[in-house]
Amino acid sequence: MNSVAAGVISQPVQSPERGLWLAVMRDLRLGLRSRAELLQALVFLVIVVSLFPLAVGPEDALLKRIAPGVVWVAALLAVLLTLPRLFAADHADGTLEQLALSPYPLALIAAGKMIAHWLMSGLPVALVSPLLGLQFGLDTHELWVLGTSLMLGTPVLSMIGAIGAALTLGVRGGSILMALLVLPLYVPVLIFGAGAVEQAMASIDYSANFSLLGAILLLGSISAPFAIAAALRISLD
Amino acid sequence: MTLSVAGLGLSRGSRALFAGLSLKLQMGDVLVLRGANGSGKTSLLRVLAGLTAADQGEVRWDDEKWTPLCASQRAKVLYLGHVNALKDELTAAENLALALAFDGVSVPAPDLSYALDLAGLAGRHQLAARRLSQGQKRRIGLARLQLSRKPLWLLDEPTNALDAEGVKLFTAMVESHLQDGGLACIATHLTLAIDAPVREMMLGGREAMA
Repeated sequence: MNSVAAGVISQPVQSPERGLWLAVMRDLRLGLRSRAELLQALVFLVIVVSLFPLAVGPEDALLKRIAPGVVWVAALLAVLLTLPRLFAADHADGTLEQLALSPYPLALIAAGKMIAHWLMSGLPVALVSPLLGLQFGLDTHELWVLGTSLMLGTPVLSMIGAIGAALTLGVRGGSILMALLVLPLYVPVLIFGAGAVEQAMASIDYSANFSLLGAILLLGSISAPFAIAAALRISLD
Repeated sequence: MTLSVAGLGLSRGSRALFAGLSLKLQMGDVLVLRGANGSGKTSLLRVLAGLTAADQGEVRWDDEKWTPLCASQRAKVLYLGHVNALKDELTAAENLALALAFDGVSVPAPDLSYALDLAGLAGRHQLAARRLSQGQKRRIGLARLQLSRKPLWLLDEPTNALDAEGVKLFTAMVESHLQDGGLACIATHLTLAIDAPVREMMLGGREAMA
Protein backbone atom coordinates (compact mmCIF):
# COMPACT_ATOMS: atom_id res chain seq x y z
CA MET A 1 0.00 0.00 0.00
CA ASN A 2 2.87 2.34 0.73
CA SER A 3 6.53 2.34 1.47
CA VAL A 4 6.05 1.98 5.22
CA ALA A 5 4.72 -1.55 5.18
CA ALA A 6 7.56 -2.97 3.16
CA GLY A 7 6.60 -6.57 3.04
CA VAL A 8 6.03 -9.23 5.61
CA ILE A 9 9.37 -9.69 7.22
CA SER A 10 9.59 -11.40 10.51
CA GLN A 11 12.55 -9.66 12.02
CA PRO A 12 14.57 -11.57 14.56
CA VAL A 13 14.70 -9.85 17.92
CA GLN A 14 18.06 -8.18 18.14
CA SER A 15 18.76 -8.64 21.83
CA PRO A 16 16.43 -10.24 24.36
CA GLU A 17 17.74 -7.98 27.16
CA ARG A 18 16.05 -5.07 25.43
CA GLY A 19 12.75 -6.51 26.65
CA LEU A 20 13.84 -5.86 30.23
CA TRP A 21 14.79 -2.27 29.49
CA LEU A 22 11.58 -1.64 27.56
CA ALA A 23 9.47 -3.02 30.42
CA VAL A 24 11.25 -0.91 33.04
CA MET A 25 10.85 2.27 30.99
CA ARG A 26 7.24 1.46 30.16
CA ASP A 27 6.17 0.99 33.76
CA LEU A 28 8.16 3.98 35.00
CA ARG A 29 6.50 6.18 32.41
CA LEU A 30 3.04 4.87 33.30
CA GLY A 31 3.81 5.31 37.00
CA LEU A 32 4.89 8.90 36.53
CA ARG A 33 1.67 9.67 34.66
CA SER A 34 -0.38 8.79 37.73
CA ARG A 35 1.55 10.42 40.54
CA ALA A 36 -1.16 9.97 43.14
CA GLU A 37 -0.68 6.22 42.93
CA LEU A 38 3.06 6.66 42.93
CA LEU A 39 2.99 8.44 46.29
CA GLN A 40 0.61 5.92 47.85
CA ALA A 41 3.25 3.64 49.41
CA LEU A 42 5.28 6.55 50.71
CA VAL A 43 2.32 8.41 52.24
CA PHE A 44 1.12 5.20 53.87
CA LEU A 45 4.56 4.58 55.40
CA VAL A 46 4.93 8.10 56.74
CA ILE A 47 1.45 8.15 58.27
CA VAL A 48 1.68 4.75 59.93
CA VAL A 49 5.17 5.29 61.34
CA SER A 50 4.30 8.79 62.58
CA LEU A 51 1.23 7.56 64.41
CA PHE A 52 3.22 5.25 66.66
CA PRO A 53 5.02 7.90 68.77
CA LEU A 54 1.64 9.62 69.21
CA ALA A 55 -0.07 6.43 70.30
CA VAL A 56 2.69 4.90 72.41
CA GLY A 57 3.78 8.11 74.12
CA PRO A 58 7.06 10.00 74.19
CA GLU A 59 9.01 7.50 76.25
CA ASP A 60 12.44 7.38 74.56
CA ALA A 61 13.51 3.90 75.62
CA LEU A 62 10.26 2.28 74.52
CA LEU A 63 10.13 4.12 71.20
CA LYS A 64 13.68 3.16 70.41
CA ARG A 65 12.97 -0.42 71.34
CA ILE A 66 10.02 -0.75 68.92
CA ALA A 67 11.50 1.40 66.11
CA PRO A 68 12.98 -1.38 63.87
CA GLY A 69 9.82 -3.45 64.05
CA VAL A 70 7.49 -0.53 63.42
CA VAL A 71 9.39 0.85 60.43
CA TRP A 72 9.87 -2.58 58.89
CA VAL A 73 6.24 -3.66 59.30
CA ALA A 74 5.04 -0.33 57.90
CA ALA A 75 7.42 -0.63 54.93
CA LEU A 76 6.27 -4.17 54.27
CA LEU A 77 2.59 -3.19 54.34
CA ALA A 78 3.30 -0.14 52.17
CA VAL A 79 4.80 -2.38 49.49
CA LEU A 80 1.95 -4.88 49.87
CA LEU A 81 -0.54 -2.07 49.31
CA THR A 82 0.87 -1.33 45.84
CA LEU A 83 0.95 -4.95 44.67
CA PRO A 84 -2.63 -5.48 43.42
CA ARG A 85 -2.05 -2.79 40.78
CA LEU A 86 1.11 -4.41 39.45
CA PHE A 87 -0.56 -6.57 36.79
CA ALA A 88 -4.28 -5.84 37.24
CA ALA A 89 -4.41 -2.71 35.05
CA ASP A 90 -2.42 -4.36 32.25
CA HIS A 91 -4.64 -7.40 32.52
CA ALA A 92 -7.82 -5.34 32.28
CA ASP A 93 -6.83 -3.28 29.24
CA GLY A 94 -5.36 -6.22 27.31
CA THR A 95 -1.76 -4.98 27.27
CA LEU A 96 -0.62 -7.89 29.44
CA GLU A 97 -1.65 -10.29 26.66
CA GLN A 98 0.37 -8.27 24.22
CA LEU A 99 3.38 -8.37 26.54
CA ALA A 100 3.05 -12.16 26.74
CA LEU A 101 2.91 -12.29 22.93
CA SER A 102 5.95 -10.07 22.54
CA PRO A 103 9.01 -11.71 20.96
CA TYR A 104 10.96 -10.66 24.03
CA PRO A 105 11.02 -13.36 26.73
CA LEU A 106 8.19 -12.89 29.22
CA ALA A 107 10.55 -13.61 32.12
CA LEU A 108 12.66 -10.58 31.18
CA ILE A 109 9.58 -8.39 30.77
CA ALA A 110 8.41 -9.62 34.19
CA ALA A 111 11.82 -8.79 35.65
CA GLY A 112 11.55 -5.32 34.16
CA LYS A 113 8.12 -4.79 35.69
CA MET A 114 9.49 -6.00 39.03
CA ILE A 115 12.41 -3.56 38.88
CA ALA A 116 10.10 -0.67 37.98
CA HIS A 117 7.80 -1.63 40.84
CA TRP A 118 10.69 -1.56 43.28
CA LEU A 119 11.95 1.78 41.96
CA MET A 120 8.51 3.28 42.58
CA SER A 121 7.65 1.60 45.90
CA GLY A 122 10.53 -0.07 47.76
CA LEU A 123 13.25 2.43 46.89
CA PRO A 124 11.41 5.56 48.09
CA VAL A 125 10.40 3.65 51.22
CA ALA A 126 14.01 2.64 51.93
CA LEU A 127 15.26 6.17 51.27
CA VAL A 128 12.73 7.86 53.55
CA SER A 129 12.87 5.34 56.39
CA PRO A 130 16.02 6.79 58.06
CA LEU A 131 14.19 10.12 58.36
CA LEU A 132 11.30 8.36 60.04
CA GLY A 133 13.72 6.51 62.32
CA LEU A 134 14.80 9.90 63.67
CA GLN A 135 11.41 10.24 65.34
CA PHE A 136 12.24 7.16 67.36
CA GLY A 137 15.61 8.46 68.54
CA LEU A 138 17.81 6.10 66.53
CA ASP A 139 21.44 7.25 66.19
CA THR A 140 23.27 7.73 62.89
CA HIS A 141 24.71 4.25 62.73
CA GLU A 142 21.37 2.62 63.51
CA LEU A 143 19.67 4.76 60.89
CA TRP A 144 22.25 3.62 58.34
CA VAL A 145 21.62 -0.02 59.22
CA LEU A 146 17.85 0.53 58.97
CA GLY A 147 18.16 2.12 55.53
CA THR A 148 20.53 -0.55 54.25
CA SER A 149 18.40 -3.42 55.54
CA LEU A 150 15.42 -1.94 53.68
CA MET A 151 17.52 -1.44 50.54
CA LEU A 152 18.33 -5.16 50.61
CA GLY A 153 14.91 -6.28 51.77
CA THR A 154 12.41 -4.25 49.73
CA PRO A 155 13.47 -5.71 46.35
CA VAL A 156 12.69 -9.14 47.80
CA LEU A 157 9.28 -7.85 48.88
CA SER A 158 8.65 -6.73 45.27
CA MET A 159 9.74 -10.11 43.89
CA ILE A 160 7.69 -12.29 46.20
CA GLY A 161 4.78 -9.88 45.89
CA ALA A 162 4.93 -9.94 42.09
CA ILE A 163 4.70 -13.74 42.11
CA GLY A 164 1.66 -13.52 44.39
CA ALA A 165 0.06 -10.80 42.26
CA ALA A 166 0.61 -12.82 39.09
CA LEU A 167 -0.85 -15.98 40.62
CA THR A 168 -3.99 -14.26 41.89
CA LEU A 169 -4.57 -12.22 38.74
CA GLY A 170 -8.19 -12.18 37.68
CA VAL A 171 -9.32 -14.07 40.78
CA ARG A 172 -12.27 -12.55 42.62
CA GLY A 173 -11.11 -11.21 45.98
CA GLY A 174 -7.60 -11.63 44.62
CA SER A 175 -5.97 -8.97 46.77
CA ILE A 176 -6.95 -10.66 50.03
CA LEU A 177 -5.83 -14.01 48.67
CA MET A 178 -2.58 -12.42 47.56
CA ALA A 179 -1.93 -10.98 51.02
CA LEU A 180 -2.55 -14.40 52.57
CA LEU A 181 -0.22 -15.98 50.05
CA VAL A 182 2.53 -13.41 50.29
CA LEU A 183 2.67 -12.43 53.95
CA PRO A 184 4.02 -15.77 55.27
CA LEU A 185 6.79 -15.55 52.68
CA TYR A 186 7.60 -12.01 53.84
CA VAL A 187 8.27 -13.22 57.38
CA PRO A 188 11.94 -14.26 56.90
CA VAL A 189 12.73 -10.93 55.24
CA LEU A 190 11.04 -9.09 58.11
CA ILE A 191 12.94 -11.09 60.73
CA PHE A 192 16.36 -10.64 59.12
CA GLY A 193 15.72 -6.98 58.27
CA ALA A 194 14.34 -5.79 61.60
CA GLY A 195 16.79 -8.11 63.37
CA ALA A 196 19.76 -6.37 61.77
CA VAL A 197 18.69 -3.03 63.25
CA GLU A 198 18.03 -4.54 66.66
CA GLN A 199 21.45 -6.14 66.67
CA ALA A 200 23.04 -2.85 65.68
CA MET A 201 21.23 -1.22 68.60
CA ALA A 202 22.60 -3.91 70.94
CA SER A 203 26.07 -3.46 69.38
CA ILE A 204 26.08 -7.05 68.12
CA ASP A 205 27.53 -7.95 64.73
CA TYR A 206 24.65 -7.73 62.25
CA SER A 207 26.56 -8.69 59.10
CA ALA A 208 25.06 -12.20 59.10
CA ASN A 209 21.59 -10.67 58.67
CA PHE A 210 22.78 -8.58 55.73
CA SER A 211 24.40 -11.66 54.17
CA LEU A 212 21.16 -13.61 54.51
CA LEU A 213 19.10 -10.76 53.02
CA GLY A 214 21.63 -10.51 50.20
CA ALA A 215 21.44 -14.24 49.58
CA ILE A 216 17.62 -14.16 49.42
CA LEU A 217 17.87 -11.18 47.06
CA LEU A 218 20.25 -13.01 44.71
CA LEU A 219 18.22 -16.19 44.74
CA GLY A 220 15.04 -14.20 44.12
CA SER A 221 16.45 -12.15 41.24
CA ILE A 222 17.34 -15.34 39.41
CA SER A 223 14.21 -17.38 40.07
CA ALA A 224 11.38 -14.86 40.53
CA PRO A 225 11.17 -13.69 36.87
CA PHE A 226 10.58 -17.26 35.68
CA ALA A 227 8.01 -17.89 38.40
CA ILE A 228 6.17 -14.66 37.51
CA ALA A 229 6.24 -15.49 33.80
CA ALA A 230 4.84 -18.96 34.44
CA ALA A 231 2.13 -17.57 36.72
CA LEU A 232 1.15 -14.93 34.14
CA ARG A 233 0.85 -17.53 31.38
CA ILE A 234 -1.49 -19.54 33.59
CA SER A 235 -3.55 -16.45 34.43
CA LEU A 236 -3.92 -15.53 30.76
CA ASP A 237 -5.09 -18.97 29.65
CA MET B 1 5.10 -20.03 5.26
CA THR B 2 2.28 -22.39 6.08
CA LEU B 3 0.09 -22.58 9.13
CA SER B 4 -1.37 -26.02 9.58
CA VAL B 5 -3.71 -27.10 12.31
CA ALA B 6 -4.62 -30.71 12.88
CA GLY B 7 -7.19 -32.29 15.17
CA LEU B 8 -7.54 -29.21 17.32
CA GLY B 9 -9.99 -29.54 20.19
CA LEU B 10 -10.93 -27.29 23.08
CA SER B 11 -13.64 -27.61 25.71
CA ARG B 12 -14.85 -25.13 28.25
CA GLY B 13 -16.35 -26.97 31.17
CA SER B 14 -18.38 -29.84 29.76
CA ARG B 15 -19.02 -28.09 26.47
CA ALA B 16 -16.78 -28.76 23.49
CA LEU B 17 -16.18 -25.49 21.62
CA PHE B 18 -14.56 -27.31 18.74
CA ALA B 19 -13.11 -30.74 18.19
CA GLY B 20 -11.09 -32.34 15.44
CA LEU B 21 -10.63 -28.98 13.76
CA SER B 22 -8.13 -28.97 10.92
CA LEU B 23 -7.09 -26.22 8.55
CA LYS B 24 -4.22 -25.13 6.40
CA LEU B 25 -3.30 -21.58 5.50
CA GLN B 26 -0.60 -20.69 3.02
CA MET B 27 1.03 -17.47 1.94
CA GLY B 28 -1.63 -14.99 0.90
CA ASP B 29 -4.49 -16.96 2.42
CA VAL B 30 -7.18 -15.40 4.55
CA LEU B 31 -9.61 -17.31 6.72
CA VAL B 32 -12.75 -15.68 8.03
CA LEU B 33 -14.19 -17.24 11.17
CA ARG B 34 -17.91 -17.06 11.60
CA GLY B 35 -20.32 -18.31 14.20
CA ALA B 36 -22.78 -17.18 16.81
CA ASN B 37 -21.64 -15.48 20.01
CA GLY B 38 -19.88 -17.99 22.20
CA SER B 39 -19.22 -20.40 19.35
CA GLY B 40 -15.48 -20.34 20.00
CA LYS B 41 -14.11 -17.82 17.48
CA THR B 42 -12.13 -15.95 20.09
CA SER B 43 -10.97 -19.19 21.71
CA LEU B 44 -9.71 -20.51 18.39
CA LEU B 45 -7.80 -17.29 17.73
CA ARG B 46 -6.31 -17.43 21.22
CA VAL B 47 -5.20 -21.03 20.66
CA LEU B 48 -3.56 -20.02 17.38
CA ALA B 49 -1.87 -17.11 19.17
CA GLY B 50 -0.65 -19.40 21.94
CA LEU B 51 -2.52 -17.64 24.74
CA THR B 52 -4.74 -20.65 25.37
CA ALA B 53 -3.52 -24.22 25.32
CA ALA B 54 -5.66 -26.57 23.23
CA ASP B 55 -6.92 -29.80 24.76
CA GLN B 56 -6.02 -31.86 21.71
CA GLY B 57 -4.33 -31.39 18.41
CA GLU B 58 -1.42 -29.36 17.22
CA VAL B 59 -0.56 -26.13 15.50
CA ARG B 60 2.36 -26.13 13.07
CA TRP B 61 4.21 -23.40 11.27
CA ASP B 62 5.95 -24.97 8.28
CA ASP B 63 7.60 -28.00 9.87
CA GLU B 64 7.81 -26.60 13.35
CA LYS B 65 5.32 -27.60 16.00
CA TRP B 66 4.19 -24.64 18.07
CA THR B 67 3.96 -25.11 21.81
CA PRO B 68 1.88 -22.31 23.36
CA LEU B 69 3.81 -19.02 23.31
CA CYS B 70 7.02 -20.57 21.97
CA ALA B 71 9.60 -18.15 20.57
CA SER B 72 8.76 -18.86 16.94
CA GLN B 73 5.07 -18.30 17.56
CA ARG B 74 5.66 -15.01 19.34
CA ALA B 75 7.87 -13.83 16.50
CA LYS B 76 5.25 -14.51 13.83
CA VAL B 77 1.88 -13.78 15.37
CA LEU B 78 0.17 -10.44 15.60
CA TYR B 79 -2.96 -10.84 17.71
CA LEU B 80 -5.49 -8.06 18.10
CA GLY B 81 -8.12 -9.03 20.63
CA HIS B 82 -11.46 -7.42 21.21
CA VAL B 83 -9.96 -5.13 23.83
CA ASN B 84 -7.75 -2.46 22.32
CA ALA B 85 -4.62 -3.06 24.42
CA LEU B 86 -3.99 0.65 24.90
CA LYS B 87 -2.83 2.50 27.99
CA ASP B 88 -5.28 5.30 28.76
CA GLU B 89 -2.54 7.47 30.23
CA LEU B 90 -0.43 7.49 27.06
CA THR B 91 -1.04 9.40 23.86
CA ALA B 92 -1.98 7.74 20.59
CA ALA B 93 1.58 8.08 19.30
CA GLU B 94 3.11 6.77 22.53
CA ASN B 95 0.75 3.81 22.55
CA LEU B 96 1.66 2.90 19.00
CA ALA B 97 5.39 3.30 19.61
CA LEU B 98 5.19 1.19 22.77
CA ALA B 99 3.21 -1.61 21.11
CA LEU B 100 5.67 -1.70 18.21
CA ALA B 101 8.68 -1.67 20.53
CA PHE B 102 7.32 -4.78 22.23
CA ASP B 103 6.62 -6.27 18.77
CA GLY B 104 10.38 -6.08 18.32
CA VAL B 105 10.37 -3.52 15.52
CA SER B 106 11.90 -0.09 15.76
CA VAL B 107 10.03 2.40 13.62
CA PRO B 108 11.35 5.89 12.96
CA ALA B 109 9.08 8.68 14.22
CA PRO B 110 8.11 10.00 10.74
CA ASP B 111 6.89 6.53 9.65
CA LEU B 112 4.98 6.28 12.88
CA SER B 113 3.10 9.52 12.40
CA TYR B 114 2.56 8.71 8.72
CA ALA B 115 0.90 5.45 9.72
CA LEU B 116 -1.27 7.25 12.28
CA ASP B 117 -2.32 9.80 9.64
CA LEU B 118 -3.11 6.99 7.25
CA ALA B 119 -5.22 5.30 9.91
CA GLY B 120 -7.29 8.46 10.13
CA LEU B 121 -5.82 9.91 13.31
CA ALA B 122 -4.28 13.03 11.78
CA GLY B 123 -4.05 15.80 14.35
CA ARG B 124 -4.76 13.43 17.22
CA HIS B 125 -1.31 11.92 17.73
CA GLN B 126 -0.76 13.71 21.02
CA LEU B 127 -4.20 13.04 22.46
CA ALA B 128 -4.34 10.73 25.48
CA ALA B 129 -5.93 7.41 24.53
CA ARG B 130 -8.65 7.93 27.12
CA ARG B 131 -9.87 10.94 25.10
CA LEU B 132 -10.17 8.97 21.89
CA SER B 133 -13.43 7.44 20.73
CA GLN B 134 -13.78 3.67 20.54
CA GLY B 135 -13.34 3.75 16.76
CA GLN B 136 -10.27 5.94 17.01
CA LYS B 137 -8.74 3.53 19.51
CA ARG B 138 -9.39 0.74 17.03
CA ARG B 139 -7.57 2.76 14.39
CA ILE B 140 -4.39 2.78 16.48
CA GLY B 141 -4.58 -0.99 16.10
CA LEU B 142 -4.81 -0.51 12.33
CA ALA B 143 -1.65 1.60 12.38
CA ARG B 144 0.05 -1.18 14.30
CA LEU B 145 -1.06 -3.76 11.72
CA GLN B 146 0.56 -1.60 9.10
CA LEU B 147 3.92 -1.39 10.84
CA SER B 148 4.51 -4.52 12.85
CA ARG B 149 5.53 -6.79 9.96
CA LYS B 150 4.34 -10.06 11.41
CA PRO B 151 3.37 -12.72 8.87
CA LEU B 152 0.34 -14.13 10.71
CA TRP B 153 -2.48 -11.77 11.66
CA LEU B 154 -5.05 -13.07 14.14
CA LEU B 155 -7.79 -10.50 14.40
CA ASP B 156 -10.78 -10.68 16.69
CA GLU B 157 -13.67 -8.51 15.47
CA PRO B 158 -11.24 -5.95 14.04
CA THR B 159 -14.01 -3.86 12.51
CA ASN B 160 -15.87 -3.32 15.80
CA ALA B 161 -16.63 0.37 16.28
CA LEU B 162 -15.05 1.27 12.93
CA ASP B 163 -17.04 3.43 10.54
CA ALA B 164 -17.55 2.51 6.87
CA GLU B 165 -14.42 4.33 5.84
CA GLY B 166 -12.45 2.58 8.59
CA VAL B 167 -13.69 -0.81 7.40
CA LYS B 168 -12.57 0.09 3.86
CA LEU B 169 -9.15 1.07 5.18
CA PHE B 170 -8.92 -2.17 7.13
CA THR B 171 -9.87 -4.21 4.06
CA ALA B 172 -7.16 -2.47 2.05
CA MET B 173 -4.61 -3.27 4.75
CA VAL B 174 -5.57 -6.94 4.74
CA GLU B 175 -5.31 -7.03 0.95
CA SER B 176 -1.83 -5.54 0.95
CA HIS B 177 -0.78 -7.91 3.73
CA LEU B 178 -1.98 -10.88 1.65
CA GLN B 179 -0.22 -9.56 -1.45
CA ASP B 180 2.98 -9.38 0.57
CA GLY B 181 2.56 -13.07 1.29
CA GLY B 182 1.07 -12.73 4.75
CA LEU B 183 -1.58 -14.92 6.35
CA ALA B 184 -4.65 -13.71 8.16
CA CYS B 185 -7.34 -15.22 10.31
CA ILE B 186 -10.23 -12.89 11.02
CA ALA B 187 -13.24 -13.41 13.27
CA THR B 188 -16.01 -11.10 12.16
CA HIS B 189 -19.75 -10.77 11.69
CA LEU B 190 -19.39 -8.44 8.72
CA THR B 191 -19.07 -9.47 5.11
CA LEU B 192 -15.70 -8.03 4.24
CA ALA B 193 -15.11 -7.06 0.63
CA ILE B 194 -11.59 -8.45 0.53
CA ASP B 195 -10.25 -8.65 -3.00
CA ALA B 196 -8.70 -12.08 -2.53
CA PRO B 197 -10.01 -15.62 -2.29
CA VAL B 198 -11.59 -15.67 1.14
CA ARG B 199 -12.16 -18.92 2.94
CA GLU B 200 -14.80 -19.10 5.59
CA MET B 201 -15.18 -21.39 8.53
CA MET B 202 -18.35 -21.70 10.52
CA LEU B 203 -17.84 -22.46 14.17
CA GLY B 204 -20.40 -23.86 16.54
CA GLY B 205 -22.35 -27.06 15.98
CA ARG B 206 -21.61 -28.00 12.41
CA GLU B 207 -17.88 -27.98 11.74
CA ALA B 208 -16.85 -26.84 8.33
CA MET B 209 -13.44 -27.83 7.13
CA ALA B 210 -11.44 -25.02 5.66
